[in-house]
Order: sequence, then structure tokens, then C-alpha cells
Amino acid sequence: MTLMHKFLATAAALSLSAGAAAAEPALIFDLGGKFDKSFNEAAFTGAKRWADETGGTFREIELQSEAQREQALRRFAENGNDPIIMTGFAFGNVLGEVAPDYPDTKFAIIDMVVDAPNVRSVVFNEHEGSYLVGMMAAMASESDTVGFIGGMDIPLIRKFACGYVQGVKAVKPDATVIQNMTGTTPAAWNDPVKGSELTKSQISQGADVIYAAAGGTGVGVLQTAADEGILSIGVDSNQNYMHPGKILTSMTKRVDNAVYDAMEAGADIETGIYVMGVGNEGVGYAMDEFNADLVSADMQATVDEAAAKIGSGELMVHDYMSDNACPVE
Amino acid sequence: MDRMPGWADAILVPLISLLLAAFLSALVIIGIGESPVAAFKLMVDGALMRSAGWGYTLYYATNFIFTGLAVAVAFHARMFNIGGEGQAMIGGLGVALVCLYIPWPHWSLALLGSAVGASLFGAAWALIPAYLQAKRGSHIVITTIMFNFIAAALLNYVLVNVLRPVGAMDPATAKFPDATHLPTFQDMFSTAADPMFRGAPANVTFFLAVIACVLVWLLIWRTRLGYEIRALGHSEPAARYAGISPVRTVVIAMLISGGLAGLMSVNTTQGEAERLILNSIEGAGFIGIAVALMGRNHPLGVFLAAILFGFLYQGGAELALWTTIPRELIVVIQALVILFTGALDNMVRMPLERIFLSFRRRKS
Repeated sequence: MTLMHKFLATAAALSLSAGAAAAEPALIFDLGGKFDKSFNEAAFTGAKRWADETGGTFREIELQSEAQREQALRRFAENGNDPIIMTGFAFGNVLGEVAPDYPDTKFAIIDMVVDAPNVRSVVFNEHEGSYLVGMMAAMASESDTVGFIGGMDIPLIRKFACGYVQGVKAVKPDATVIQNMTGTTPAAWNDPVKGSELTKSQISQGADVIYAAAGGTGVGVLQTAADEGILSIGVDSNQNYMHPGKILTSMTKRVDNAVYDAMEAGADIETGIYVMGVGNEGVGYAMDEFNADLVSADMQATVDEAAAKIGSGELMVHDYMSDNACPVE
Repeated sequence: MDRMPGWADAILVPLISLLLAAFLSALVIIGIGESPVAAFKLMVDGALMRSAGWGYTLYYATNFIFTGLAVAVAFHARMFNIGGEGQAMIGGLGVALVCLYIPWPHWSLALLGSAVGASLFGAAWALIPAYLQAKRGSHIVITTIMFNFIAAALLNYVLVNVLRPVGAMDPATAKFPDATHLPTFQDMFSTAADPMFRGAPANVTFFLAVIACVLVWLLIWRTRLGYEIRALGHSEPAARYAGISPVRTVVIAMLISGGLAGLMSVNTTQGEAERLILNSIEGAGFIGIAVALMGRNHPLGVFLAAILFGFLYQGGAELALWTTIPRELIVVIQALVILFTGALDNMVRMPLERIFLSFRRRKS
């Protein structure tokens, strides 16, 4: 009798755990790996916050090869994980092919639009956040020359640059913006030495505030700017703490919120294009104790006013990727 | 005769090496608090017990067969070709150009065309190091590994500046036309009632790899060229004395080797991604060295070793999916197998040889 009980209990426990596993969300990191101090790590932070707050669990995988993209998607879908979240535009092609095979599973992709009925495409209005930090850069600059250092030269980063220039010109129409891209290959995301050299070059041309939208390369930009005594602007996460009093602000892109929201919604996640902009706090600028002395109340008020206007739709920031062109230089 | 019997050399030595590697891997897994038995079961289940798992195992194996054969052929001429990586990269460029710019009516013709393109480009990439070695004596290890970097930079340039579609973010070519789509195992073996190999990337190129194994065997052991290659490998003065031109033989062996390495791109580029991406090779060129070492430079051995490494890759993916073993440690496990079967070969062979010899002595 006791043996029978034990069996039944085990069977019940098994079916319970199977039931729980079915609702588990899954998160797939791109080849950069989970702890890249930037994009993937932000996604992990969001997932961890969700797990800590709800006590839920999630599956995760760091990819090792290109062929694993499709494999991970299919295996998680077949395992019943829902929703399945992936970071990065490189998943776009694969997801477009896989999603129709699993109509009952929901997918969420960050930084890319995939047109399928069961996919949430999370895109960020980086140009809006860049516009705000551009305004701030212009106000903080004394030489009326500011800089921009991008990572890999792709339309997405030009979108950052274009929004930034628009913000600068909105405050000081005559200001000069020096723009540099680190490279044309994925290696440009992780080249702090070159970031440092570009920073020195821009400083010699008169720049006194430099915005780095370059992933790991930005670490070199922020470091050199701090060493040379000029201001810099961080990107993606709040990087103000890295050089207290030397970083004007950071353009925050809340990838963690995007992942958190998707996990929170669970299997009932709304699909379609999900835009995270200034209006819904998907992008913005970071204020904390590390940059409080650098940003005056006036500056903050001006930027907040612009943010409110962007949120309400009164002010339109041009999106480079809408027509692959930028109205200002 | 003071040698081990052939079966011990071909089977027993790799087997014992594998067991040692497995034992150390088990210690690693215990060290991070997971069960090695469960992990091994997961690898076997994921890689060998499902048809889709086999689909991935054979996909990786196809890559390793080509690069393993490439290393093996060069090795018969005592050339250590570690440029398989670069030759395969440039081979991929050949595949992409053939697929993108020639309107193929049917995949079978496209496969032939891209195989020719891949092997020509791969061979061309091996030509310069081969010539430098044969004529100038520049060491092939140094030149081929440097050519890997040149290949990566060249591919970078071509993908970013020439072949990337306007407005695309990825440094990759456009998708190949549908007519060049190679039948996957799913297309070939699935029926409506019984879907097999679902989503797995293994494709018709696998059979090309098997054919390549047979052809390499014929070449090395049944043709005059193969005899010349082996003779040169055993002793250059003897080969010269027999009227074999070392320059010609070295260059030809390296061209064949580069062509074989290039062929693996048919699998990754046309078979899987259906466009040329920046990192389509992903180290298969270097795995080929381990495969050739383990397979004793014999096509059958290369084939079996490639399947083993395919199993390790696919099993490793399963571990990453369903356990908390971090991906760095999965690489450690794969590396242990390479270390024991390749680099530490003599550690097993020499004691084993001594045991066999002492048995024989006792008998006599």
C-alpha cells in the first residue's frame, strides 16, 4: 500500500513538474554571450528580475554556433516553452522560417521586426533617446563641438547618430558634430583601444562631449574621455557609475524591461510590433547621484520638456531607418 | 616485428583515449555539481536517439569529414595543412558567387556547380602556401595559419562592401535563389505521417562527403599520384631518387587538400544558411586536424572520427539547452577529447605497445 502511495505521489509530482515546465519562458542569448556588459546582459537582468519577483523559472541558452539558432528555437518550442525570447537582429531570418511551424507558441524578438502572427517584435526608438542626450550634450558643451562614436557601421547605429545630431542642432543650430564609426564588422563592438583612439582624435578636433554607441568599444571611449577631462555619454544601460562625475548621462535602452514585460505577459503575450520609446519609458536618459552635479535644473527641465513633447507626438524625431537618410549632418 | 597488431592500433588506442577523456570530463561535471551519468544520457538521447538529433550530428560530421580529409591528404605528403579554416572560408565565397550569379535550373546542377566553385576557391587559397613551401621552403604551418587571417579579412571586406544587400545590417549576402536549395534529410526521408529529421540542417551534402571519402581512399592507395604523395611523405630523398618531383607533388597534394576544405562550405553555406555569413566555418577547419589525427589519416577513420565529433557538438548543444552547465565547460569537455585522441596519443600508445610486446616475448 505504501509502495503504491509512493508511486502515485511520484507520478503526481512528475505530472505537476511537467505542467510547470510547459509554461516556462525561454531566453536565447546571441553569440556575444550572456555577460557582455551590454545588450545580452541587460536581457538577462530583466529575466532575472522577473524570476526573483515572481519565483518563476526560465530556460536559457548561450549559442555556440550559427546552426544552433534554429535548433534552440525548435527545441524550446517543442518542449512547450512559451514565450521564447531572443536577443538581436541576427535571429530575424531564422525566426521568420521557424515561427509558422509552431502557431501555438509565442516568440519575442528584440531589435528586429519579424512579420508573423505569433511574434512580438520589440523595437526601440533609439533616435528619441539619442535626441534627448544630444540636447544635453549641446547644453553642456562649451566649445560648441560634440562627438559621436558608433560601433559597427549599420543602419541601426546611424539611427543613433541621426537622433543625436538632431538633438544637438535643436539646442545649438550652429554646433559641430564629429561622427566616427569604429568599423564595419562585428569586431567593432568590442574594440576599446580603437574607441580610445577615436576619442583622442575627436578631442583634438575640439569635441568636449562625446556620445559612445558602440557596445564594448564604448568602455574605451568613456575611459579616455574621463582621463582627458572631457564629458562622455554612455549607452544601453546606465553607465554613469563607471566614471562618477565624468559621464554626463547615459542613453538608456531598457532591453531588461522588454524581456521582463514579455515574461510577465507569459503565454498571453500580445504579438505584433511593440515599440518602446520615450513615451513608455523604453528609452530615456539616466539621472543618478553620479551625474547630479553635471546636469543643472535648467538643462533637465529643457530635456524633460522635449521628452514630454516626443511622448505626446508633438515633436517628431526623424528615424534614419525609415528612409536611410538623415536630414542634418 | 616489434609493433602492435593493427586492430589494437586502429581501435584500442582511440578507445582507451576516449575513455580517459570521458573519465576526466565526468570529473569536471561532478566538480560543478551536475551528474555525469545524466549529462551523458542527455547527450546520447539528444544526439543519437532522435532523428532530428542525428540530423544535427550528421550535419556537423559532414563539415568534419571534409576538413578531416583535407588534413589527411596533406599529411600523407608530410604537409601539415592547418589552413583548412581559411580555405573553407574562401570556398564559401566560391559557393556564394556560383549560387548568386548563375541562374541554376535545378538543385542537382547547382550542387555540382557550387562544389566546383568551392573546391576551386579553396584550392586557390592553398596554392600560394603550397608554392612557397615547395619552391622557397617557407614552412607550411606558418603560411597556412597566416592565410587563415588573410581569408577572414578578405571575406570581411567582400561581405561588407560588395555582397551585402543595401540596407541590411548583417554582413552577409542576400539569400540564395530557391532553385539552389539543397534537399535536407527532412525533404528526403519525411512522409506526411512520419516527419523525420524535422528542422535539422543535414542535407544531401553528407552523401557528397561519403563519396569524397571513397575517392580519397582510391586516390591515396590506388593511383600513381597517391603513391607519389605517400612516397614523398615517407622520404623526400628516396622519392627524388625514384624520379618523383617534390615540388609538383607538394603543390598537387596541397591543392587537393585545399579543395576538400573548401567543399565543406557547400554544407554550411548552401545547405544550411542558404546565404554566405561571416562565421560560417566556426572552427571546423581546426577540428579537422583532430579528426584526421584520430582517424589515422585513413578515410574510414576520418569518417568515424567525424561522426564522433558531430556527436560531441550536437550533444554539447543539448547540454547547453537542458542543463546549467555553462558553455565554456562544454568546450572544455570537447577539448579534452581532442587532447587525448590527438595530442596525447603516445601516452596511451606507448604503454600499450609495451604490454603487447611483453606478451609476445613471453609467448616466444
